[in-house]
Amino acid sequence: MSAARPMATRLLSRSLRTTFNGPRSIASLARVPSRVPTGSTNLSRFAAQQTRTLASASDVKTYTVREALNEALAEELEADPKVFILGEEVAQYNGAYKVTKGLLDRFGPDRVIDTPITESGFAGLAVGAALAGLKPITEFMTWNFAMQAIDQIINSAAKTHYMSGGIQPCSITFRGPNGFAAGVAAQHSQDYTAWYGSIPGLKVVSPWSSEDAKGLLKAAIRDPNPVVVLENELLYGQSFPMSEAALKDDFVLPFGKAKIERVGKDVTLVSLSRCVGQCLTAAEKLKSQYGVEAEVINLRSIKPMDVEAIINSVKKTGNLVAVESGFPSFGVASEILALSMEYMFDYLDSPAQRVTGAEVPTPYAKGLEAMSFPDEDLIFKKVAQLLRV
Amino acid sequence: MLASQSRRAALTAFRSASRKPLTVVPLRTITTDAAEWKVGNVPEGNDETFTIKLAADSFDPYAIEPPSLELQTTKNELKSMYRDMAVVRRMEMAADALYKERQIRGFCHLSIGQEAVAVGMEKAITPDDQVITAYRCHGFAYMRGGSIKSIIAELLGRREGIAYGKGGSMHMFAKSFFGGNGIVGAQVPVGAGIGFAMKYLGRKNTTFALYGDGAANQGQVFEAYNMAKLWDIPVVFGCENNKYGMGTAMNRSSALTEYHKRGQYIPGLKVNGMDVLAVKAACAWAKGHTISGKGPLVMEFLTYRYGGHSMSDPGTTYRTREEISWVRTNQDAIHSIRKRLLEWQIMSEEDFREIDKQVRDEVDKEVAEAEAAPVPDNTARILFEDIYTRGSEPDWMRGRTVEETFYYKE
Repeated sequence: MSAARPMATRLLSRSLRTTFNGPRSIASLARVPSRVPTGSTNLSRFAAQQTRTLASASDVKTYTVREALNEALAEELEADPKVFILGEEVAQYNGAYKVTKGLLDRFGPDRVIDTPITESGFAGLAVGAALAGLKPITEFMTWNFAMQAIDQIINSAAKTHYMSGGIQPCSITFRGPNGFAAGVAAQHSQDYTAWYGSIPGLKVVSPWSSEDAKGLLKAAIRDPNPVVVLENELLYGQSFPMSEAALKDDFVLPFGKAKIERVGKDVTLVSLSRCVGQCLTAAEKLKSQYGVEAEVINLRSIKPMDVEAIINSVKKTGNLVAVESGFPSFGVASEILALSMEYMFDYLDSPAQRVTGAEVPTPYAKGLEAMSFPDEDLIFKKVAQLLRV
Repeated sequence: MLASQSRRAALTAFRSASRKPLTVVPLRTITTDAAEWKVGNVPEGNDETFTIKLAADSFDPYAIEPPSLELQTTKNELKSMYRDMAVVRRMEMAADALYKERQIRGFCHLSIGQEAVAVGMEKAITPDDQVITAYRCHGFAYMRGGSIKSIIAELLGRREGIAYGKGGSMHMFAKSFFGGNGIVGAQVPVGAGIGFAMKYLGRKNTTFALYGDGAANQGQVFEAYNMAKLWDIPVVFGCENNKYGMGTAMNRSSALTEYHKRGQYIPGLKVNGMDVLAVKAACAWAKGHTISGKGPLVMEFLTYRYGGHSMSDPGTTYRTREEISWVRTNQDAIHSIRKRLLEWQIMSEEDFREIDKQVRDEVDKEVAEAEAAPVPDNTARILFEDIYTRGSEPDWMRGRTVEETFYYKE
């Protein structure tokens, strides 16, 4: 299936391309952004190291994602008096998932604020504070509850700068756990990446590792625009190595830059959040069983998305699989596959594929739940099938 | 004692009237009976203060002592109130005409009839106080410092519009003015947040978060009330009650039409919103209350729009023409103050003719300039600018096709 079909379409595409009037070439996508992250050199060196070993070397410090987020919050609260955090149970309870642990004691009740259970109201209030010049961090206990507040996030936060002709900025961070969580059924395990990723005016990031979590959250708080930070509950307790650069209080990661978590030559796995870890496990199994070298791209940033990194990888591997845990229709993987048609058609040796959540409200029963989300084995099988190994 | 009795009587009548079918003119009880205004000796100087006694039924308090009925003012202030209301009305009428000429696109909500609220409020606050409102925002945008030209140019989709032609009728912003929100009720918690910021920053400024009687039933309004009271946020929740949320009369939408009481645990004040002096007195009092650390207030401005909800609404299917003309004749805010200023010999017919001419000339001139102003260039640069703050944009935004993708840094 993969080898035979594309020929005719590809020729058609080539001829179409020649009729395009000056399409933006891939090369122009490849420009380097002006904002290079602090300590990026260290980071990429570390990335290579991590790729080889996965587990941390003994002299490398490890953080849980929770600790990394907590440190990011504390550093940014420390650095800028206009930064404050509000949300349900963020203060006295120390956070429903303990991400804000200790912040109340350190920064006091004026800056670490427990809200009533009124997502629409406190999201709107936070947007108002941002319009008036503060830099709120709004925690949603989970993004599932933020559906009550999505109007404020999109209509009030994301659109105001544009609607005002650029005279009214809104610097605000919305964060909380998103997507798959274990055993909590349909209303508590939806992935909203595609929802927010589709909105111009928002920036959207989704960290996987502790470095991602710290660097992206700090960048989000500092960014002068509304930023949505989609964390994952199951990652909070996972430990990851932290590079020396990431331990510093000036560590930020740039938006729109993906990270190659594992270098490979045979297939590109593009993923985000918790699925990155699943892809890495699947990649190791592909190597040990079939000698397949999968390249694993951690998107980190959904909007803007690092299309260039995907293109460069596909140029090398010729095969693309997008892996995410959202609903399949109109999702992040759908977007990546559409981009592959537009930018990577000529480099693909097989049709791009996707592994996603199933098109079903998340069931409670364990076995059924497992059938609703991607796992390592499914990714492994899908890649093996694609490569006909 | 007598005053409070008459207030109670008036409001009882108002309540029952508001629940009857609309064959009864429901407004008789919010009189702008300016005959009740009393003025002491009017000084010679234009900037010398003197006292006006407002009509006894100007206010109805809820769980709080009402403001004094004595308002300190000056001749100049009274003249400027008249002038500003006249400008807002003339500007809105120009918008009405331009809309009917099909020069204005989409939605256009006019505030003709409601001018006293925007004008009276502005006279009570400073440019450092904050205002946010809903989609009926032209008058507020003007009072917050937007020029007539920039407002009309925005309606016309011009580059020199107050939002550079990107926002249109419902989205106008200025210093300490936050729109202009087209989502009914959404501006209320946002307004509470602006008030929150004033408190956080230690500023002695209040925030007026305005909404209509239709929006008053939105859940997030009550969410905002709750947080504002919990945290003593200096915010005034101001319900501009023009009796109809689109075409739904307030008694058909609201189980309690006394909107100033809907804060329950928040003190409230109903104000005659057709009386610019009452609005000013009430707003000055509300500012003082909220910035003194006593927390929020809920205010209701009883007012009336003469036109439809928006330009597509003739405004006559859900209310009678008699009702509209009754209000215009008996309660019009501009006519009322004009009548008073003549009676008190603060201004003469001649003075009014002069001001009216000035207003007409000024609005007409600025409207003409707005009409002559260019539309934005139809370029990708202008289309994609200001989605994000300058310098923080992604490298590119996608257009309709791959080829139309726009790159910020060329």
